Amino acid sequence: MRKILIVLMMAAALASVGCKTKPPKASPSESQSQTGSGADTSGADAANAGSVGTDDEVAGPQAGLLAKRVVYFDFDSSEIKGEGTDIVAAHAKYLASHSSARVRLEGNTDDRGSREYNIGLGERRAQSVRRALMLQGASEAQLQTVSYGAERPAVQGNDESAWSKNRRVEIVYLSPGAQPQTKR
Amino acid sequence: MSHLAQAMRPNITPIRPASSAPLTGSRAVNRHRLAGLCALTLLSLGAGAARAQLKIEVTSGVSDPVPIAIVPFARSVPADSGLDVAQVIQHDLEGSGRFKALARPQMPANPTQASAVVTADWKALGEDYVAVGRVTPLDGGTLAVDFDLLNTLTGQRIAGQRFVGPPGALRNAAHRVSDVIYEKIVGIRGAFATRIAYVAVDGQPPAQRFQLIVADADGENQRLVLESRYPLMSPCWSPDGQWLSYVSFENKKSAVYVQLVRTGERRQVSARAGINGAPVWSPDGHKLALTLGGSGGNPDLFVLDLQTQSLTRITDDPAIDTEAAWAPDGKSLYFTSDRAGGPQIYRIGLQSGDKPKRITFGGNYNARPRVSADGTQLAMVTLDNGNYRIAVQDLSSGTVRVLSRGHLDESPSFAPNGATLIYSEREGGRAGLATISVDGLTGLRLKAEQGEVREPAWGPFTQ
Repeated sequence: MRKILIVLMMAAALASVGCKTKPPKASPSESQSQTGSGADTSGADAANAGSVGTDDEVAGPQAGLLAKRVVYFDFDSSEIKGEGTDIVAAHAKYLASHSSARVRLEGNTDDRGSREYNIGLGERRAQSVRRALMLQGASEAQLQTVSYGAERPAVQGNDESAWSKNRRVEIVYLSPGAQPQTKR
Repeated sequence: MSHLAQAMRPNITPIRPASSAPLTGSRAVNRHRLAGLCALTLLSLGAGAARAQLKIEVTSGVSDPVPIAIVPFARSVPADSGLDVAQVIQHDLEGSGRFKALARPQMPANPTQASAVVTADWKALGEDYVAVGRVTPLDGGTLAVDFDLLNTLTGQRIAGQRFVGPPGALRNAAHRVSDVIYEKIVGIRGAFATRIAYVAVDGQPPAQRFQLIVADADGENQRLVLESRYPLMSPCWSPDGQWLSYVSFENKKSAVYVQLVRTGERRQVSARAGINGAPVWSPDGHKLALTLGGSGGNPDLFVLDLQTQSLTRITDDPAIDTEAAWAPDGKSLYFTSDRAGGPQIYRIGLQSGDKPKRITFGGNYNARPRVSADGTQLAMVTLDNGNYRIAVQDLSSGTVRVLSRGHLDESPSFAPNGATLIYSEREGGRAGLATISVDGLTGLRLKAEQGEVREPAWGPFTQ
């Protein structure tokens, strides 16, 4: 779906039928505005975004605490606590000993307050987990973060029991890089 | 883990406006509409993909609404496709909370010309004003909408105008009639012939469906702009009303896009490491202010020049700086920052070296600023006794008024006339849209029949 990144929908296509399958090809003049895409991010960055977009998630390790992938947080806090500390430690240990393993840390908030500010709070949580993993041996190259703010709740509901399940960081294992990892 | 099942399916479906329109539209019709020489705009290009039908409920109104009779307009069958122009106008005016329309069965006559109105008959029924009109076909397939507004007290015709356009723009013509009547009687420019954009969300992750939708300000005439399995956020109109900027997570990371609503053409303008968020157009339409987080995850404000692609850093602080809103003169930004602990609103000039100045002081949560077009009012989300509500701060006096009454109200957006705000609320567990007048007197609710609708953005006046 890489092309979707830079799909340009044309006025000329207005009259044609069947849109679901394939976006129309950009004409040369429109490709120009397309080159303009991404400001100082180059075309390379855009292509990279495309490759991330292909589904890259894997099951990852399942033994013991490693099967647990969610770290929960208190209201307005990015402090890792309780069982979260042990979960993060287990994953840090795994990442430190499996250098080709990669994870995406997905930060989330409950749905109160303003949405873009919540994106900031979710990122802060993801960064908190990232730092803890790095302090315990994971390397920077193994870790990426994204914040979904309040946009992808784990649970629907308007009470503390729902909110507490939504204030979380999900540790998502990604397909390893070029080198296949050996399991021990 | 969770999203693996859908791994092979595309995340996103860009929507071509005409794809959902009946094919009778054809190129000739489209070109005709694109001619842009008529009094009507292109708003109704591509009859809508009305997915999430919105229902309107007036939640509050003034205690003494103006009594007005809007007599059914003379029809132009079949070119008007059955659209009841007077009904659209009545719906607009009553939805404003400032008018009470006479029910049709009580009308003493059905005049369609000013000369045929016996004002005394309407005055006897308690009506202050009578509006009459007609839809007539012109050569070349266009339609003319004429109306007259009469004051029953004086018997005078106090307004009248003709709008000409293709049949598909008839609803827009009706909204323009509403604008004229509203301005003549209330003294404020009407904003009925404007559009809103919003995000509709259905389902639970990983089966969520996000839609970016554009509709007339009354919630009708909906068109799907974009659909995705991953979050779509923060739509914002360009000042000319032609483009939307928004955030899409279609690649499992945030990126900012701009999209031409009429054609669906879109450009990715920022997909840097970390957060790419909260894009807002500068008043001249040449730049976007946005939030970038970088790989270190510290959100700051930047301004991106859409022509040159040059990026200028505006804030540099370890706190969350986000949710920029331009001052109407384009010389400063209002924004949310938690540099003092909780989120508060600040303003920073765009001259390099300017320091942010704190604007809000009441309470410990003030976020998501929006500024009225005249620069006098600041709308925001405020925490009010445990409830997130919409408040307006007078920027000269500093006075703050909490306007909304909900528990989880968010995303306020000013109508271009500055008289009304649209925002999202959570009523009965589902997010819907609501409006409230800045004087707090009138409001209405736009609720989808299913799923959630949120993050409304009110578009500019268009010509």
